[in-house]
Amino acid sequence: MTTAPERAIAQRDALGEPADLYPGGQVGRPVLRYGGGDRTSGAQQFVADLRFPGALQVALVTVPVGCADVLGIDTAAARAVPGVVDVVTAAELPSPVPRFGVSHTDRPVLADGRVNYHGEPVAAVVAETLDAAQAAARAVVVDYRELPGVYSLDAALAPGAHLVQDPSIRPEHALIDTNVLEDAHYAWGDIEAEEARADVVVENTYTFPMVTHFPIEPGGTVAVPTDSGGLDVYSPVQHPYLLQRTISSVFGLPLNQVRVFAPDPGGGFGGKQNPKLEPLIAFLALRTRRVCRIVLSLEETFQSMRRAGCRMRARTGFTSDGELTFHRVEADFQIGAYADVAPRVMGKGSYVAAGPYRIPGVRIDARAVMTNTTPSTAFRGFGSPQVSWAMESQLDAGARELGLDGLEIRRRNLVAQGEAFVRGESAAHADGDWHQSLEKAAELIGWGTPLPPNRGRGIAVGIKPGATSGLSQSLVRLLCDGSAIVYAGTSDMGQGARTLWQQIVADELGAELDRVTVVSGDTGTVPFDLQTSASRSTVFMGSAVLEACHDVRRRVLELYAESTGVPAEQLDVRPGLLITPDGELSLPEAARQALGSLRGEFIGQGTRRLRGKGAHPLGGDAAFYEFNATAIEVEVDRETGELLLTRHVTVSDVGTELNPLQVVSQDEGAAIMGLGHSQMEQLLLDDHGRIRNLGALDYRIPTFKDVPLELVSEAVENHDGPGPYGSKGISEGALLCTAGALGAAVADATGVVIRDLPLTPERVWTALQGADS
Amino acid sequence: MTNDDPVVDDGLQTVRLSVNGTRRTVAVPAHRTLLDGLREEVGLPGTKSCCAEGECGACTVLLDGKAVNSCLVLCVEAEGHEVTTVEGLSADGLTDLQEEFLNAGAVQCGFCIPGQVVSAEYLLRTNPSPDEAEIREALSGNLCRCAGYQRIVRAVQATAVRRGAAQ
Repeated sequence: MTTAPERAIAQRDALGEPADLYPGGQVGRPVLRYGGGDRTSGAQQFVADLRFPGALQVALVTVPVGCADVLGIDTAAARAVPGVVDVVTAAELPSPVPRFGVSHTDRPVLADGRVNYHGEPVAAVVAETLDAAQAAARAVVVDYRELPGVYSLDAALAPGAHLVQDPSIRPEHALIDTNVLEDAHYAWGDIEAEEARADVVVENTYTFPMVTHFPIEPGGTVAVPTDSGGLDVYSPVQHPYLLQRTISSVFGLPLNQVRVFAPDPGGGFGGKQNPKLEPLIAFLALRTRRVCRIVLSLEETFQSMRRAGCRMRARTGFTSDGELTFHRVEADFQIGAYADVAPRVMGKGSYVAAGPYRIPGVRIDARAVMTNTTPSTAFRGFGSPQVSWAMESQLDAGARELGLDGLEIRRRNLVAQGEAFVRGESAAHADGDWHQSLEKAAELIGWGTPLPPNRGRGIAVGIKPGATSGLSQSLVRLLCDGSAIVYAGTSDMGQGARTLWQQIVADELGAELDRVTVVSGDTGTVPFDLQTSASRSTVFMGSAVLEACHDVRRRVLELYAESTGVPAEQLDVRPGLLITPDGELSLPEAARQALGSLRGEFIGQGTRRLRGKGAHPLGGDAAFYEFNATAIEVEVDRETGELLLTRHVTVSDVGTELNPLQVVSQDEGAAIMGLGHSQMEQLLLDDHGRIRNLGALDYRIPTFKDVPLELVSEAVENHDGPGPYGSKGISEGALLCTAGALGAAVADATGVVIRDLPLTPERVWTALQGADS
Repeated sequence: MTNDDPVVDDGLQTVRLSVNGTRRTVAVPAHRTLLDGLREEVGLPGTKSCCAEGECGACTVLLDGKAVNSCLVLCVEAEGHEVTTVEGLSADGLTDLQEEFLNAGAVQCGFCIPGQVVSAEYLLRTNPSPDEAEIREALSGNLCRCAGYQRIVRAVQATAVRRGAAQ
C-alpha cells in the first residue's frame, strides 16, 4: 500500500524537480512528527497533566439562563465548606471590573452585575480540593432576574430588542442603539447594469449553524504568583504572547513579570487563540498568593468557544453562457455576547463572499450581530465556510437553470492565476493556478461517469485569505558539536509546526534531524510570535526560522575567516555547507573549526514582518490564499434521509509540501471537520438561551463510522507561495467548501435542494417528503 | 445557582488494585472515578479526560484485559481488579501499534491517541486480523477531532499484518 506522501515523493522525483528546493533531503519528505512518540505513549504533558503540588482548585458559579441581572450573591454557605479558601464575585474585583478583548475591550473578568450568556461565570470558588471547590460552587446562592435576552438573529435585529452590549463600551459608535457590533461593505462594478444584462437570476437564503470547536482537550489554566509580584500563567493557548499582553494590561504588570507557559494545545482550531478565563485565574492567584488551577469540563468548553452562525440572502446573475454577471449578498453573522475576534471573522469572511470568481458587479453587506450566546471566535476557516456555502450553492442553482453541470460552470467563472476576484481599491488576485485543483478534483471523483440511482456528485471550491499582517521572530543556536536548538513561538497544536522547523534547520545547517530540537511555549525564553492562526506559521515563522539559519551561516563564515585567516571573500555558504578554496566543509565541521578550543555557539536571528496597509479593509493584503476544490459522491437513503459518502476528494493548492505526510493529515482532518458542520453539527438553544445539546452525548461530531468510505486528499504544488521553498499555509482549505460540495451532491442524487445546514437525516428526509408530495 | 446542601465526603475508601502489573492501594472518596484515581492518585496522567460521560473514549483503559471508559468506572469498583493504562502498554518503549500510529501519520494533537491506542490494542488482542469494518466498529467510541480516522485504521491494519507476520 503506498501512502499519499510516498506517491507525492515519487511524483516529485519523476518530475525531476530542482534539488535546491529540498537542499538536504529533509524538507519535502514525510518526516515523522516531532514529539510524536510522547503523544503516542501518553508521556506528552498537556496542561491538565502538569503537577502543581499544593495548588488551589477553582470552580465556577453560573446562573441557568442566558441573560440576567445579578441582584445579589450569597457566599456564606460556600465559605463555610471545609477547604474553601476564597469565594470571589465582581465585588471582590477592582471597580469597575477590568475588561479585556481582542477587537473591543468588552469582556469582564467576571460578570459585572449582568449575565450576558449561559455559562458566563458570576463567581469563582477557590479551595484546597476540587471536591470542596465544586461543593462550595453549588452552595453559592445567586439571586438573579432573568431578562428578555436575544438568542437568535431575528430576536437581536427586532425593533426594540434587548441590547446585548453595555453602550458605554462603544460610546461614539454609529450602531450603538442596535445589536449590530460592526458591519462591512464591499462593492465593485455597476451592479444594476450587470443585473440588467443577466439572462438568469437566482435568489435564495442560506443558513449555516452555530457549531463548537470540540477540541478533545477541554483545556484549563494554572496561575502561579511569583516572588517578585508577577505571574506565571500556564494555558494551552494558541497565542501565548497575546495572553501575556492581556494579563499584563489587566493587572498593570510589565511584560517581563508575566511569563506564559503554553503547553501544546490538545486541539485548538481557533478556539484557543484568545484569552477567556485566564485573567480570572490570574486574579485569583494574585489575591490568594497561591497557585490557582482550573481544568475545564467539556461542557464549560462548549460555553467558551464556538463558530458564528450565519444567514445569507444571495441574488446572483448569469449570462446564458453561464458567466456570472453579478452577485449580491447580505450576510448576518450571529456572534455572541462579547466581541472576541468576531467582527474580524465577519469582515474577513465576507471579503471573499463572492468567491474566487470573475464577477463584474458585486455588492456584499455583512453584519456581526450580537446575541446572548457563547462568544463566537476564530474557528478554522474564519468566516469563509459560511459565505462559501451560499456562493457555491448559488453557482449550482444557476447551473441547474442553465443546464450546465457544477464543474462546467466553475470552469467558466473561476479566475485565472493573477486575475482579480475582488476588485476595486482593495483588490485581491489569484496567487495560484486554481484551475489545476478544480480539474484534479473532478478527475479524482470520476466526474461525468455514470452513477446508480440515488447517488449524486457535487463539486465546489473555496478560498480563504491568509494573514494580512504579522510578525514572527526566531532564534537558532548552532552548538559547537553541530547540533542545533530552534526557538520558535508557534504553538504546536497538532498541525506539526515543530516538525517543519526541525526539517528546515536540518537542511540549512547540515544537521541530522534528531540533532535539532525545538523550544516553544514559553514567553520567558522564546522570542515573540504574533499568533498561531490563519495557517500562517509555515509562511511567517517558517521564514523567520529560515532567516535565522542564514544568519547562523553568515556568522559561521565570518568566524571561520577570522579563525583560519582565509579571506571571507573566498568563502561561501550553501545549505549545510561552507565552501572554502580547498573544497566543501559540512557546516557543523566548519562551525567546530571556527569556534576552536573555546567552543561556544552561533546564534542566528530571523524576523518575518508583514506590515499592514492602513486603508485596506482587512488591514492589508493577504500574504497568500488558501484554495481548495472538494468533490463528493453521496448515496441518499430515501427511506431515512441518511447520507452515505461513497467518495470524498479534496485538492488543495499548497505551493510546496514541506512535509507531505503532515499536509495530507491536516487536509483530511479539515475535510472531516467540514463534514461535521455540513452533516451533523449544530448548537441548539432553548428559550432561555441555554445550549440544549451541551456535551458529547447530544452534540455529534464525526466518528469512525461517519466518515466517507473513501477519502482522497491530494495537493497541487507549483512552488508559488511566499513561505520557505515556495510554501503556503494549508490547514484550513479542505473545510472551506465541504458544505457546497455535499449540498450539490445531495441535489444531484435526489433533485432536492436544501439550503440550511447541517444536512441531517431528518432535514434530508423532510425535504424529500416535500418533494415527493 | 442551586440550594443544594454543601456536602464534602471525608469518608475515604481504601481500594487495592493492580495498575500496569504493580499492586497499588489508594484512599479515595466513593465517588472518585477510576479515571481521576489513575490520574490524580496513582499519578498516571497518560489516560486523558474529555467528556467524562463515556462518549469520547479518551479515557479508555483495560480493566481485566477489557477496554472500558475509565470515567464510567468508580475506583471502588476496581477493587481487586487489574488495570492497564497506556503507560503500561508502552512500559518497554513504543509498541508496534504505537509505531504504526506514528508511521501512518495518525497522530496530530495527540490528546485522543492514548485512548485510541488502548482501544486498538484491545481489538487486536481479541481479533488479530480485523477487517476495516471491524476496526471502525471497535474504535467508534473513540473520538478524534484533528484527523480523518483513516490513518488510525491503516495503523491498526499495519499492526495486524506485522503481528501476523511475526507469528
